[in-house]
Amino acid sequence: MSVQNPAASKSELTLVSRETQVKEWLLAALFFSCAFVAVLGVALIFAFVGWKAWPILGEVGFGDFLFGTVWAPSDGSFGILALIQGSFVVTLGALALGTPLAVGTAVFLSEIATPRIRSFVRPAVELLAGIPSVVYGFFGVVLLRPLIGELTGSVGFGPLTAWIVLAIMIVPTIAALSEDALRSIPMGIREASYAMGATQWQTIYKVVVPAAKIGIIDAIILGMGRAIGETMAVLMLVGNAPQFFAGVGEPVSTLTSQIVMDMGYSTGTHRTALFGMAAILFVISMALVLMVRLLSRLRD
Amino acid sequence: MTPVQATSFHHNLPHSEPGDVKISVRGLNFWYSDFNALTGISVEIRKKAVTAFIGPSGCGKSTFLRCMNRMNDLIPGTRVEGTMLLDGADIYGQGVDPVDLRRRVGMIFQQPNPFPQSIYDNVAYGPRLQGVKKKSDLDGLVEESLKRANLWKEVKDILGRGGLTLSGGQQQRLCIARVLAVEPEVLLMDEPCSAIDPTSVQKIEDLMAELKDTVTIVIVTHNMQQAARVSDYTAFFLQELAGEPAAMVEFGRTSDIFTSPTDKRTEDYITGRFG
Amino acid sequence: MDKRITNNIAVAVLWVAAGITVAVLGAIIIYVFVNGVRVLSPAFIFTWPHGVNSEGGVWPTIVSTLYVTILSMLICTPVAVLAAVYLAEYAHQGRIVSIIRFAADSLASVPSIVMGLFGFALFVEAMGFGLSMLSASLALSLLMLPIVMRATEEAIRSVPRYIRWGSYGMGATKWQTVSKVVLPAAAPRVITGIVLATGRAVGETAVVFYTMGQAIWLPISPLESGRPMTVHLYLLAVEGINLPAAYGTALLLMLMILGFNLSARWILKRYRKV
Repeated sequence: MSVQNPAASKSELTLVSRETQVKEWLLAALFFSCAFVAVLGVALIFAFVGWKAWPILGEVGFGDFLFGTVWAPSDGSFGILALIQGSFVVTLGALALGTPLAVGTAVFLSEIATPRIRSFVRPAVELLAGIPSVVYGFFGVVLLRPLIGELTGSVGFGPLTAWIVLAIMIVPTIAALSEDALRSIPMGIREASYAMGATQWQTIYKVVVPAAKIGIIDAIILGMGRAIGETMAVLMLVGNAPQFFAGVGEPVSTLTSQIVMDMGYSTGTHRTALFGMAAILFVISMALVLMVRLLSRLRD
Repeated sequence: MTPVQATSFHHNLPHSEPGDVKISVRGLNFWYSDFNALTGISVEIRKKAVTAFIGPSGCGKSTFLRCMNRMNDLIPGTRVEGTMLLDGADIYGQGVDPVDLRRRVGMIFQQPNPFPQSIYDNVAYGPRLQGVKKKSDLDGLVEESLKRANLWKEVKDILGRGGLTLSGGQQQRLCIARVLAVEPEVLLMDEPCSAIDPTSVQKIEDLMAELKDTVTIVIVTHNMQQAARVSDYTAFFLQELAGEPAAMVEFGRTSDIFTSPTDKRTEDYITGRFG
Repeated sequence: MDKRITNNIAVAVLWVAAGITVAVLGAIIIYVFVNGVRVLSPAFIFTWPHGVNSEGGVWPTIVSTLYVTILSMLICTPVAVLAAVYLAEYAHQGRIVSIIRFAADSLASVPSIVMGLFGFALFVEAMGFGLSMLSASLALSLLMLPIVMRATEEAIRSVPRYIRWGSYGMGATKWQTVSKVVLPAAAPRVITGIVLATGRAVGETAVVFYTMGQAIWLPISPLESGRPMTVHLYLLAVEGINLPAAYGTALLLMLMILGFNLSARWILKRYRKV
């Protein structure tokens, strides 16, 4: 090892070389383009689905399409109000059943479970999220449908069957996100509550859950997005009759399931109408994401 | 109380020959966005010596240290005024490559920060960046650097083990070896001993004494005894009022600063009246 | 009511909620396993379906699923990882970044049927790739993009800044620091994200339905059609013609996804220790 460093005699500092500048700039540009793919993707979806759906405004008209009560493509009736209602009936019912279960599971995981139990329940929740929707649908068809059929005295296709299966499907989404929100509440807040003689439940109910309120609402909104966009399981369970809700055992149809039902053979205005339904689904899902964004801005 | 003004050089600081000075700073000001953190700093860092920066926490000594290899460039919104010369060349001159500067002016941090890779790969990291590819060259550089950092004997049989499996003190010496592998001319040490156990501190202090013949060392420390033990020159930094910029109060030979400080504030700090 | 009694009841209810969640998972797994394991055999896995009732095996559907999954992983990973590098290391917080984040969030919540129709309109028809592995992979990779992006960005952000400083402090450029120190340190979590997103692609049905088609075919070129396992299961279940084969396919699907999930966990656990 030479004692005198050879560079020590150099009294000039190296300048940034043109090559380095260009290289770093190109890399930054490349990374930016990759990030921009997400924006491009959304824009393309919007453009292509919109482009395919656009003629519906001229051929059917906005009002007749959105608020028309009869979906009978073979007769030239393209009203999707019943389908929209079906989507909301199915979604809201699933939320009503699934939310308490999911939030309860989340509270259990963050407030009650010992680390050991948590390390068992949390992976179960995540695995539940990984099961393909077509398997849920299949499960519903072979196991749940006959049971519901007996219960309601029908064939078993309809909102009730879909509610139960969809409720299970949205549990992981809502539970995982709610748990994150609950766990982000500082420990000190809980300790302060216990120190005043509150029970565990009082602490959860009066302190922890209210503090995590917005995060939990976010989770429910995203769960709603998952439910309203769910296709395969709903398709396999609702019965796919494009009629208004008439009872928990009576078949209905939804935006998603009707698209799959008709896509294979549709042409012309019929196909345009299906793209119109996809556009509406897309707008709904964007609106839900926007809602979550606005809520989190509220929190900050 | 008046805000700290310009640095008062110690009366008996010997005149420096131009060749003795490694880094020369004149009238340096530093801003975090709108906040003026440092003002009017002037100091000469001598070759073949250890210079210590002392002062209460928050007095800007680490910030100043990070100016010397432009680490502050990584924080958006920071700004430097004044001149800072390395061997007579302006560190903040137009077009100067901070990356190459940092190779010449290396840095050790408060928290030992080995990469989550093997001991060997940690030390070989720098040479590989410089384009050294041959296994035998790398082996030689790794061994030599670990020897210079007094770590070779402890790790020579476990070079493939993860750097994070070492003890805190060993990790810090691994980081020193990692920097030495790119043969820096200056080694900036930002409180290198504050996060490790006392016995390891001794080893690192010994190491500084050995290294200062080949590398100019600047160390920030909040431990006055350490500054007294390891350094040849000492600079005392102080921020007198919150929100005011910090400045350098006094600079001189360590022996003088600790026995006969010229500034009352230095004396108060050293004798433990505040800080 | 005594507050202790209320407390005990409430806690019991929460136990029940978690219990139901776990029980449902258990029920689905056991039900599919018990019914599926009877038909599971090498012949079922490695032979072709034939006849009107899809007797025989499911081999081409397994190949189609793996083909499209691996292809979409290859398309998605580089883009998603570099996009995350941009967001975590290069971007300055501002309008552009918030637009990108909003787009990624939107992409993550696009209903799969919408993605399917979009893939059909763009890749199958407009770009002329037809019903093919390529069309399906492009649509699926768009679905996986936000998942991998988010996992990677979180992984990069969890690398302590001290470690970056160590690299910068000895004269490494930004890209050297990112590629040689930050990304390797973040790798286990990045890989976990990729594996989980891939598991998601395996289970996807509506997207591949309209981009890959449903031809029973062993795809070789990316421009060939095929029938993924999910679509096969759907067709069997809806037509109700060959329930044993449906159970078998469902079980294989679950095993595959379970495999992805467990390997993701294993990767994380294993590299956490180092």
